[in-house]
Amino acid sequence: MDLKEALFKYCLRLGDNNLILSHRLSEWCSNGPTLEEDVALTNIALDKLGQARFFLQYAAEIEGKGRTEDDLAYLRYEHEFFNTKLVELPRGDFAFTIVRELINDLFDLFFYEKLLHSKDEKLAGIAAKALKEVKYHVRHASSWIIRLGDGTEESHRRSQNAINELWPYTGELFMMDDVDKTLIDAGIGVDLASIKPLWDSKMKEILTEATLQMPEAGWMQNPSKFNGVHTEHLGYILAEMQYLPRAYPGAKW
Amino acid sequence: MVSDEKINVWNELYKIPDPEIPMLTIGELGVLRKVENHDGTWYVYITPTYSGCPAMHMFEEEIKRVMETHRWIPFEIKTIYHPAWTTDWLSEEAKEKLRKAGIAPPEGSASKKALLGEPDEVTCPKCGKKDTKKISEFGSTACKALYFCNNCKDPFEYFKCL
Repeated sequence: MDLKEALFKYCLRLGDNNLILSHRLSEWCSNGPTLEEDVALTNIALDKLGQARFFLQYAAEIEGKGRTEDDLAYLRYEHEFFNTKLVELPRGDFAFTIVRELINDLFDLFFYEKLLHSKDEKLAGIAAKALKEVKYHVRHASSWIIRLGDGTEESHRRSQNAINELWPYTGELFMMDDVDKTLIDAGIGVDLASIKPLWDSKMKEILTEATLQMPEAGWMQNPSKFNGVHTEHLGYILAEMQYLPRAYPGAKW
Repeated sequence: MVSDEKINVWNELYKIPDPEIPMLTIGELGVLRKVENHDGTWYVYITPTYSGCPAMHMFEEEIKRVMETHRWIPFEIKTIYHPAWTTDWLSEEAKEKLRKAGIAPPEGSASKKALLGEPDEVTCPKCGKKDTKKISEFGSTACKALYFCNNCKDPFEYFKCL
């Protein structure tokens, strides 16, 4: 695969993942269980939106066809989005949100730590920036999961349900295709197999402290990040997110 | 000639206040990195504080306004990601300004903050006591956390180490 094409797709995956998860987190705005938590989740959503912008700006630059970050966010259809299924699932209850955060943030933590050493200066720079924020996100998710898992019977039950439900979506995080291979060979991309054991072991450590069970390895969902085939939920997110720019093309505010 | 003018441009841009923390300027924050002139075009380099910081857009608008007002044109604003912004770039003077405004400045060095590490020991900006507790990791802006002083019984904001 051509290096430029691979890099473009890589940036779209990273950008889309952050963009869609940011949207899901921002749904907690004004619905948080406490005011502080409302503010925390909204702040995390904002960090992820910022990270999405960096990647989509870079994707647009690599593509070089005059599209902007806004065009990429607002004027693509479902099959042109390459985020994981994990991030597009409905937000669920608070335990579901926190478990998804933990899964995703821990992945981001180890991913960005490797991406820091990318030969692509821009990706390395974005990783350095994002990593500082992700550390706070991991701290937030892990302190909550320990409180929920080791909390009441009800909070324990809901957290374990969320883990069981989300687990088949974790395989996609570590799957790789030609895009990854091309970039790994060029010293630009991250070998996801190298971060899997780190993720497994930290996840196990946190869940054990939270008195929760880490599921056995088993059947995993197909990857949306390769082929743009999504769950039915992504369309609803895009309909909401893209309504205004599509109804009023070129609108500025 | 250009180098004298460069100092003027730098000094004017340095004074632009942060809309969310108006006691600090983009110069004191370390957001403004450098000013260059190549073949008559001005290049202003800035580094974002937080990825999603809404103030970044306002910084750019203000920089545009200052550049146009002084007719330092043409110009381009360039964002540099590396090295990533850190609270270590806040000057002692800037930290003192924060403290006076009731915001506890970042303590220690950003690089020493370990993942899931011990909670920060934060000094109350009002009474100077260290007997404080964290209420929330996230405050009214991405860069601040919410604390409570057990001594003066007042909540206050802490500018997080990043």
